[in-house]
Amino acid sequence: MQRLTAENVTLGYDQRVIAENLSVEIPDNSFTVIVGPNACGKSTLLRALSRMLKPSTGRVLLDGQAIGSMPAKKVAKTLGLLPQSSIAPDGITVADLVSRGRYPHQGLLRQWSAEDERVVNESMASTGVAELADRAVDELSGGQRQRVWIAMALAQQTPLLLLDEPTTYLDIQHQIDVLDLCAELHENQGRTLVAVLHDLNHAARYATHLIAMRGGEVVAEGPPQEVVTAELVERVFGLRCQVIDDPETGTPLVVPAARRARVVARAE
Amino acid sequence: MSATATTTVTATDSPRKGRSGARPLHLPGGISLRVERRALAVGVLLTAAALALAVVLIGTGDFPIAPWDVVQTLLGNGTPANDFIVNDLRLPRVLVALLVGAALGMAGGVFQSVSRNPLGSPDLLGFGYGSAVGALVVIILFKGGATEVAVGALAGGLLAGVAVYLLAYKQGIQGYRLVLVGIGASAILIAVIQYLITKAQMIEATRAMVWLTGSLAGRDWAQVWPLLAVCAVLFPLVLGQGRALRMMEMGDDAAHAVGVRVERTRMLLMLAAILLTTAASAAAGPISFVALAAPQLARRLTRSPGGNLLTGALMGSVLLMVSDLASQRAFGADQLPVGVVTGLVGGIYLLWLLVTERRAGRI
Repeated sequence: MQRLTAENVTLGYDQRVIAENLSVEIPDNSFTVIVGPNACGKSTLLRALSRMLKPSTGRVLLDGQAIGSMPAKKVAKTLGLLPQSSIAPDGITVADLVSRGRYPHQGLLRQWSAEDERVVNESMASTGVAELADRAVDELSGGQRQRVWIAMALAQQTPLLLLDEPTTYLDIQHQIDVLDLCAELHENQGRTLVAVLHDLNHAARYATHLIAMRGGEVVAEGPPQEVVTAELVERVFGLRCQVIDDPETGTPLVVPAARRARVVARAE
Repeated sequence: MSATATTTVTATDSPRKGRSGARPLHLPGGISLRVERRALAVGVLLTAAALALAVVLIGTGDFPIAPWDVVQTLLGNGTPANDFIVNDLRLPRVLVALLVGAALGMAGGVFQSVSRNPLGSPDLLGFGYGSAVGALVVIILFKGGATEVAVGALAGGLLAGVAVYLLAYKQGIQGYRLVLVGIGASAILIAVIQYLITKAQMIEATRAMVWLTGSLAGRDWAQVWPLLAVCAVLFPLVLGQGRALRMMEMGDDAAHAVGVRVERTRMLLMLAAILLTTAASAAAGPISFVALAAPQLARRLTRSPGGNLLTGALMGSVLLMVSDLASQRAFGADQLPVGVVTGLVGGIYLLWLLVTERRAGRI
């Protein structure tokens, strides 16, 4: 049994059902990436896994316990989350923001310990923002800021970390930078990572486990080498393509078919 | 992008560049507190200012008493005449000012933080008008006495507060929705207030107008005790949630991620802030602008992001007492209700806020 699983969950907002009877297991120590077209329910699934969204039926289990009935701080010590959009309070420094990740480990009478100090410094070091510690977050570039938010999530010291589209709004070099950082966290620190990504090629290159969704259902899952095929890409994204070996890493690389080929295919 | 290329900050940005300089304070028994040095210094200064103002205010009036004599009398060493003036007449009034200011300052900090909007103060969210309707119903329709008016104000404010909360609730509370619902509720309640005044006789209408401006005149121990009780319960409760509130300023998702039960915390804090506002209104009428200005002023002094709940409360006390002192010194005892002065000061503050925000290029 894996540490984080969803069992037959039905997810939706108000009356609108997004996914029904969905079951997912996040393999321990994996870097799992969830992909799929817009509105396929991938972000919704992530929200449910992080208990931000309560399933209307079924349950999400963390270490065998229903996540909805666990104390919030206890969950926050095991399961971290990098939300899609967070607001840095006006004028807050990098060190202060990263310190906020220690919240679940603190109490009214235990607001700051040597351990907190050590973990915050470590988190800033491993995300490469230590030299920015005294800078105001709103002065930083988008890529630096995302590193700071990741540092804050790391300061929570959770064995599991969920990331909701961590590369959105970033330039290509910062996207790769953030994904490299994720890969490092996965390989060197043994954390289980779950990310929602838009870019299938990024997913194929960095994931150790891929979950492909469409219309609220899991269409395929497994190692990218097995999952990413031309046939699957067409089934999930409705896109004709070739899948070749990435010349850099040997992982699958999706090359969309030329426009003419797609037009011809549509006409047939 | 290089790390050094992104910073060019002008002098007017100084509050944004603020460094909180939080330092851990380790106490015996494994207790450790996180203390921001600047906020601590501001807090100590504001406390000193509040106490000094209280002494000066007690000495102010038709029978002026020197500050030293005020202190002696408060310590129980005064003449019988001074003892009567200080302890029976003026101390309760000053205590009401102190508590009302603190309650409004703290409530304002909570609402601004919850709505993530510097304009999200109880002044603009309709609770004050709810209190006013409650008070006016008692004054005009039932011709009730001071205590009944206070109860009416409390009931009206709570009803309006809960109604605004429920109307703004849609899978949780969102800042802009809360402000919009509050503005709508205010408009309706103002119409009711005006209707009530048209129905009033001359004497009741005058009482109603005096209540509506907010005044500290003639406040005695009967107003102090209930207000003190409310504050004694709610101040620690709100301050205890202060850390969770700080997390919520990063957005609901981020607060959730670190283990804050966002909706529950928000409901608890809003309920406490509604109670504080209405208790203040019940004691002194709708004192305008203290709740709006105090947390913002405190924030600019501490340069610390967040609600600045405690410093905001102290700032509220100082603001209200300064206003009271100004009205008494300029116009003689109780010639000008303190609510008029806070309104005046508040208007100037709002203009100043607009000018500085404009200079900083934020509006």
